[in-house]
Order: sequence, then C-alpha cells, then structure tokens
Amino acid sequence: MMLAVVGYYEPWWIQILKAILIFAVGLQLVPVVLLAERKLLGRFQSRYGPNRVGPYGALQPLADILKLLTKEQFRPRTSIGFLFVLAPVISILTAVAAFAIIPFGNTQDIFGTKVGLYGIDVSIGPLYLFAFGGIAFYGIMLGGWSSGSKYSFLGAMRGAAQLISYEVSQGLALLGVIFTAQTLSLTGIVQAQSGMWYIVPQFFGFLIFLTASFAETNRAPFDLTEADAELVGGYNTEFGGGRFASYYFAEYLNVLVVSGIVTTVFLGGWLLPFGIHPPGFLDPFIVLFKMSLVTFLFIWVRATLPRLRYDQLMSFGWKVLLPLATLNALVTAILVVATH
Amino acid sequence: MPDSPKPTPSSPAPTTGLNLTSWSPGEDVIEVQRTPAPGAARGTWRTFAETVRGLATTFGRFRETPVTVQYPEEKTPVYPRFRGRHKLHRFEDTHLEKCVGCSLCAAACPADCIRVVAAENTPENRVSPGERYAAVYEINLSRCIFCGYCEIACPFDAITMGHDYELSDYDRSDLIFTKEMLLAEPLERTPLRNEGE
Repeated sequence: MMLAVVGYYEPWWIQILKAILIFAVGLQLVPVVLLAERKLLGRFQSRYGPNRVGPYGALQPLADILKLLTKEQFRPRTSIGFLFVLAPVISILTAVAAFAIIPFGNTQDIFGTKVGLYGIDVSIGPLYLFAFGGIAFYGIMLGGWSSGSKYSFLGAMRGAAQLISYEVSQGLALLGVIFTAQTLSLTGIVQAQSGMWYIVPQFFGFLIFLTASFAETNRAPFDLTEADAELVGGYNTEFGGGRFASYYFAEYLNVLVVSGIVTTVFLGGWLLPFGIHPPGFLDPFIVLFKMSLVTFLFIWVRATLPRLRYDQLMSFGWKVLLPLATLNALVTAILVVATH
Repeated sequence: MPDSPKPTPSSPAPTTGLNLTSWSPGEDVIEVQRTPAPGAARGTWRTFAETVRGLATTFGRFRETPVTVQYPEEKTPVYPRFRGRHKLHRFEDTHLEKCVGCSLCAAACPADCIRVVAAENTPENRVSPGERYAAVYEINLSRCIFCGYCEIACPFDAITMGHDYELSDYDRSDLIFTKEMLLAEPLERTPLRNEGE
C-alpha cells in the first residue's frame, strides 16, 4: 500500500486547475443533494417528492435555481445595504473554502505529475475547518442583523448561540481521532485508518461529532435558526432571489463538507475494508459514495426528528454533549499515552 | 401618618368577589401522572433509544411504496352517489327530452344557479312528451353548490348529478352550462368506484 504523502504541494498551475475542478464538482453536487433531499423526504413520508420537472423530477433543482435567480433583488428599507449584500457572500465563501480540504483520494500520477486529489492538504486540517466554520457565523449573524427585521434578528441570535455551543463539542469530538492518528493532516488521518476505520475505536466520538454537525449545519432537529413555524424562516426571512439562493447553496454545501469530514475522519476516506485496494482513479468515487451515505443519514434524521426547544438545545449542547466529548477526548488521551 | 393605620400583613384581603389569594385547587384536580424524571445517564440513554426507534419508523415508511395518487394521470374513483356535474336525460326509446320545463329545480335550488325558460310543444316541434319543454336550460356551475336538491325536486328524473368533478375553466362565462352541454353524453373523465372498493 502506497503511503499518503502528507503536506504535498503541486506546481502552481495544477493547484489552480484543481481549485477550478473541485469547485465545479462541488457546485454540481449541491443540486443533486437538493433533489435527493426532496425525493428522500418524500419517500420517508410515503409520497414521491418532486416528479414533474424532467424525468423523475431530475430538473427540479434547475427550475428552482432559475426561478430564484430571475427574481428581483429587493431589500427592506430598514436593512443595512452593504452588510445585507455581503452576508450571503460570506456564507457561500466559507462553505466553498471548507470544501477545499476534503481529500478525495491519494496523490496520483497524472501525466507524470503527482497530483493530490484534494484542494489543499493543510497541516492543520480540522483547525482550518473550524476557522472557516467560525467565519461562517458572520454570514448568518450579519444576514439576520442587517435585515432590520425582528424575526431575522432572533434567528441570527439563536444561530450564533447554537453554533458557538456546538462547535466546542464538535472540536472536542475530533480530538480523540487526532490523538489516535497523531496528525492534523486529513490525508494523514485517512492513512492512519488503513488498519481500522476510526468509527470503531472512536464510536462515541463519531456520534458526538455527527450530532454536533447537525447543529453546525443548522439542520433538523437543530434548525432553530430557520424554525419556519416560529420565525417565518429565521435569518433568511428578508432574503429573496439570488441572495436566498446563496444561503441555500451554502447550507447544502455545508452538509456536503460535513459529510466529507465524517467520511475522511471516521469512515476511512478513500480506503476500502477487507484489504481491497482498488486502482487510484476510483478513490474519488469511493469518497463520494461514503459522502452520499452520510448525506442520506442527514436527510433521514431530518425526516425523523422534530425540532428541539431552545432551552433543550442549549442544555443538550452544554450538559450532555460537551461532557461526553470531553470524556471521550480524555479517555482516548489516557489510552494513547498508556499504549505508547 | 397616625390617622391611617398601616395595613398589617395579617389584615384580611378585601373580600370583594372571588378571593384568589387563598384559593386552592382542592381535591377535584386530577394530578397528571408522569414517569419519574430520568437522571442524566438514563435520560441520555432514553433519548438515544427513542431516536433510534424514530429512525426505524421512518425507515419503514421509506421502504414502502408511496401512497400518492398521481392526480392528472390517476384519478380517485368516486362513489355511485357522488354529486358531480349535472346531466339532463332523454327517453331512450323516443329520444324526447325528459325535462318538461316546470322550473321546480330552479325553485329548489338554494344557490339560485338554474335558469329555465319554458316553451309550448307543438305537433311540428315536439321536444318533450309533456305540454311544455325547456327552451332555455342553464346551470351556472360557478354558483352551484352541488347539493343535489334539483335532482330531488325533479318529478321526471330529467336532471341527475353526474360523476364529473373536473370543472375548472379559464373564464366564468364558460362555466354556464347550456341545455345542449348538459344533454350531451359526458366525457367519461372520472372513474367510478367498484363494488366493495
């Protein structure tokens, strides 16, 4: 088995090509997830979901996005114009930036040049993710606040509190993996799983990370920032047309990013179990397949669980998830020290 | 202030009306039975177990075939007594109209949507077996409430309620059905529910 090259950088022109390619692929994945979510939600509720536009409703996302992009760009008179325009851009930028670190495969020889099948292999992998996750708050916060609407503001405030609370647990849940792998590079973490995927030794870490990720991506049952029934739509109430589409796009791209991180960190990335070593060009498809499984789980949970009350959300985050994550990290640390 | 003594806590509350401060619910209040609040560990476990149970439930729905009726292609069958669009009838042997223009349907109509103008039958122009026939028979279906009173009022069973429920149109005036439209054999657009279905 070829070892993953950690911290490898290609010539600059390959990096630019890679950036364009990965962005294009990510861009195409979002409508697929959008459609998959609506179809699957339908099936979870014993109905078909969209099936009118195109074969099996396949053109539904295209129709939705075209509709949104051709709508008039309006904003409330009380809004703060500059921030109102900037906020969705921040959301989408951070989501795309976070997408860059997901490793889709090992370094491959393509026409005599070694190319890593990822945007960048930063030596601080998870920290990079949390850094951009931190900036992503501003997308929601500024969007809600600059709308000049109380519902948006409430949604944004809830969102801020929720994201801060759950990012702590999310980070601590990854700590166990980092201790075990003894590297922060995501390709290094995948490489360290060649014996056993971390979902087995780090099962609690996996559960905690997954739960915190539901909250981080503002998905059900933690979608209090949107809370359609209470807040009319939360932070994005006043957004319409292309700006709303940007928020929507960022939300689904975040789901993809988290699926990618779960795949990389807990499900062995591009590795297959039982010692099967497929040719290198299959790596991205293995990663995409695993990502789609995690995304299915996201949609499944959305179809199942009702939204939490706000105080339940907070007490769950701080009183249950955070102690469990801390305990998980502590036990892992002790075990790692004891076995070395 | 010596003139007005300060009200002490023991002084009774003013007894005007219901005394809410000393009101107690009494024995007739039923206490809600709840399971004991679980502790942290059991509560977490219970939440987890119930979540998994919920996921199993939705996955069961996922594996079933959807129950959706794909409306424009499939239609929900109606029962025989379903009250849809009206039909006017002719005698099968003589092909004369059953309607004799008596206007009882119009009189019975609570929505006032039927208009009948009667005319005399003549030996040269015999339209119905009776003395008169309906020269104009119009039902304004945008007003009709589909109560079926016209059907009950009709002494000759000339008007009945059909099974057609697809009655949308682009123009209000298109929803005024004339005698010819009501007499014409309707398009079989609505499936009838079978026995025992």
